Amino acid sequence: MSEIRAELKYLESHEWARVETDGTVTVGISDHAQAALGDVVFVELPEVGSDVTAGSEAGVVESVKAASDLYSPISGEVIAVNEALEDAPETINSSPYDDGWFYKVRPTELEELDNALDAEAYQEATE
Amino acid sequence: MLHKTPLAQLHETMGGKMVDFGGWWMPVNYGSQIDEHNAVRTSAGMFDVSHMTVVDVHGEQAQAFLQYLLANDVAKLTEQGKALYTGMLNDNGGVIDDLIVYLMPLGYRLVVNCATREKDLAWINLQAQKFSVEITERPELAMVAVQGPQAREKVCEVLADDAETLNKLGVFYGKALSGQRTEWFAARTGYTGEDGFEIIVPAVDVNAFWQQLADAGVAPCGLGSRDTLRLEAGMNLYGHEMNDETSPLVANMGWTIGWEPTDREFIGRSVIAAEKAAGIKQKLVGLVMRSRGVLRDGYEVVVPGTDERGAITSGTFSPTLGVSIAIARVPTGNVSDAQVIIRGKSVAVEVVKPCFVRNGKALI
Repeated sequence: MSEIRAELKYLESHEWARVETDGTVTVGISDHAQAALGDVVFVELPEVGSDVTAGSEAGVVESVKAASDLYSPISGEVIAVNEALEDAPETINSSPYDDGWFYKVRPTELEELDNALDAEAYQEATE
Repeated sequence: MLHKTPLAQLHETMGGKMVDFGGWWMPVNYGSQIDEHNAVRTSAGMFDVSHMTVVDVHGEQAQAFLQYLLANDVAKLTEQGKALYTGMLNDNGGVIDDLIVYLMPLGYRLVVNCATREKDLAWINLQAQKFSVEITERPELAMVAVQGPQAREKVCEVLADDAETLNKLGVFYGKALSGQRTEWFAARTGYTGEDGFEIIVPAVDVNAFWQQLADAGVAPCGLGSRDTLRLEAGMNLYGHEMNDETSPLVANMGWTIGWEPTDREFIGRSVIAAEKAAGIKQKLVGLVMRSRGVLRDGYEVVVPGTDERGAITSGTFSPTLGVSIAIARVPTGNVSDAQVIIRGKSVAVEVVKPCFVRNGKALI
């Protein structure tokens, strides 16, 4: 059974978003997604300073098994990416909600996340 | 309705992540495909390959029948238990399946792929009508592949009273095991590029055998690592490197065709002989991508000196090499580099022989 964290927002395409205390938003992929992909071997992250758009491709996750596009749950400017993933992409498998985060965004409009799924709705979507 | 091997319940108990694999409920991994892959390269791992189909061919014309049915010549099998790898071709010279044949005390034994089971059996039975042979499928037999540098030692530990037989077994030979192990048949074959055995076991005995191997420290492995291991070893997978429309000559299977004696008529012979005489147009090569990313099946390959495009037939990340590798079909000719089109971008790759790792060692 995969872990779903109550405080996060999710997309049906299995990305999560966490609103931090400073108003920035951290993005990653869910435990369900990492389990379905299997061993992650490579990630392509957006560049710091670039803009991402909610619902649009922001990167690629490649596991041994398959390549999967990463969709951004939120629009805004990328202010940080998790560079540790370049050398240790398996962190996404071992810690999808903490050390395996992908990038942080300064959101254009935080309310966009109202369109995303809450934990309960995501749970239903993955069943 | 999914088919299940006799080990399906045990896979789930041992944490296997089960998937529908061509109609069979099989473990794709037990947690980490890479860990399982590495276990086979460095110690020992085991695979449930009971979904593969065992077919016995008996009868006075068994040899003549197989000499007609198969592209390789079973007359090369002059010793009991010797194995032969061959293609089974259709009238157009396409590959219906690739399989292993063993010379058995009462005839021959074929081990064929699971994905092609129905069409293989239909084809074999159709062709058998002209011969005095009996074709018997053996669904009551399961099969376990134990592979890796410590595989033989571990199997000998579990099957201690058969250790002498097992230790004497030469590469690509099989042998029936001792008296109380009725119907057990061990062969020194595999699909990983490592030493080891593929062991045919009666379904009623296979759960205990699997458990004993696990207790001896053999890592249970899923189909995910089976694929990365065979790809590193440069071995063909039916449906990827060849299919009904592919000649064995463009699937690097030329060495498996028994051209001699020249008067042996086998199905597909005239078509592939004409193809060979006209000049073979394509071949399989290995690709290595040193930059980040993963080569995938179907990606287009651009080779220098020709407008004809090639394509990747199998691609993956290589856990042993830490880079992406692939097998690709490209126009004939010697090239050392090429470009692969990945999501619209052209990426440089090295072109090598399609064999990347053997016995734990990198060959590139």
